[in-house]
Amino acid sequence: MITASFHGESIMRYSAFSVFLNALRGNKSWQPAWRSPVPKNHYDVIIVGGGGHGLATAYYLAKEFGMTNVAVLEKGYIGSGNVGRNTTIIRSNYLLQGNNPFYELSMKLWERLEQDFNFNAMVSQRGVLNLYHSDAQRDAYTRRGNAMRLHGVDSDLLDRNAVRQMLPFLDFDNARFPIQGALMQKRGGTVRHDAVAWGYARGADMRGVDIIQNCEVTGIRRENGRVTGVETSQGFIGCGKLALAAAGNSTTVADMVDMKLPIESHVLQAFVSEGLKPFIDNVVTFGAGHFYVSQSDKGGLVFGGDIDGYNSYAQRGNLATVEHVAEAGVAMIPALSRVRVLRSWGGVMDMSMDGSPIIDRTHIDNLYLNAGWCYGGFKATPASGFCYAHLIAKNEPHETGRAFRLDRFARGRMIDEKGVGAQPNLH
Amino acid sequence: MASLIACPHCGPRPKEEFTVRGDAGITRPTPDAGQEAWHAYVYLRDNPRGRHKEHWHHTSGCRRWLIVERDTMTHVIYSAVDAATIGETV
Repeated sequence: MITASFHGESIMRYSAFSVFLNALRGNKSWQPAWRSPVPKNHYDVIIVGGGGHGLATAYYLAKEFGMTNVAVLEKGYIGSGNVGRNTTIIRSNYLLQGNNPFYELSMKLWERLEQDFNFNAMVSQRGVLNLYHSDAQRDAYTRRGNAMRLHGVDSDLLDRNAVRQMLPFLDFDNARFPIQGALMQKRGGTVRHDAVAWGYARGADMRGVDIIQNCEVTGIRRENGRVTGVETSQGFIGCGKLALAAAGNSTTVADMVDMKLPIESHVLQAFVSEGLKPFIDNVVTFGAGHFYVSQSDKGGLVFGGDIDGYNSYAQRGNLATVEHVAEAGVAMIPALSRVRVLRSWGGVMDMSMDGSPIIDRTHIDNLYLNAGWCYGGFKATPASGFCYAHLIAKNEPHETGRAFRLDRFARGRMIDEKGVGAQPNLH
Repeated sequence: MASLIACPHCGPRPKEEFTVRGDAGITRPTPDAGQEAWHAYVYLRDNPRGRHKEHWHHTSGCRRWLIVERDTMTHVIYSAVDAATIGETV
């Protein structure tokens, strides 16, 4: 069996061969995918938040930048936050200069992720279609598609017949919102979200990163204008650099160093239906309202819509939004009216003031910030981790993450993809 | 989010009749207050995990602006008063 040795421990490399061999042994010799270490007194880097972005950051710090004396502190368990609550969509169909190359970097990292971290993340490039319903919307999507192509990203503008061949069950002749066509990114798709957390956790752990679960940061200790460590539910832990990646709870952590953020926390709900036979092959979004759907390999329809619209840290939302999402879904696919919803849940979104994220240094020299992902954080996970690790390791932003500065609001350099201004619940 | 908001004019009404605007605790600076004050006003938010005062408009009711205090962690509503009774926030 192929094994790699790190820190004196033998870690099994996953392969078809290892699955076969373990089956012969009655599946009794599988090892935990990561350790549960007792925190050390001091780390070179502490990452606050063991979500997708925090774990990816730790992974790339260890793998690409040679920093292995790193801890990831997670107040719950790995995968309990937004990385396990999203609708698993990946895409890089962004319009603006600061966004597109970043999300395309993410897409390229997704494309080789499974080989890179030796974990089956079920990356499925099944294509993402954004439907358009009017001439004006077609023009807007043409512009977006052209912007993508200028950035070297594939995009296809489909007419009504092309969409009908792919998705014959859509309501093409809806009286109010007839479907005229779609903008398609073939390389977009879905990824098994939990496996992303697990794969990054395992890859970081095997390179020496300590992943410490059930460890809530309750305070940040400072001396002479620098962070010296964090108070946690498992005691004080010292650090050379502190990196925040707390998503919806970013404000709570930033408050500990009196840093006020351009962020509001909002609840976003998502849904999964009972298992059905395969019928939706792609990710499809409704252009006339906020609704998007794909079908998981288990057969459940995974779908979602808008945020509820009010500040919330509750990880649960309201029935009115459930009704709104269902109405939009049925307007797009009338057959959905017969489908039963199995589960719904909510996640806390760190909604920024321009709808774009922040990966930057802060007013404290050794404190770094990764926040403001709104409801688009999952697709960004690899690039966010990569660019954040670059920033932490080199104190210099990675070239594709350069635009996501904390001071862009003060400088008037907003990256407002939707063009709605400083109103977080509209992004 | 609680299902009902007790409008001081209309009584307990479904929250779907209301439109949320956001943080009611922010004071609009004077025109000459300087860039920093205006930046804070437009972009920075307390975003508390707990009690939060917000502007809600009773769009489908009396069409009055209310100040609703509620808990962002539990969604409990503590109070709803007409914004005019609080007065100018200058």
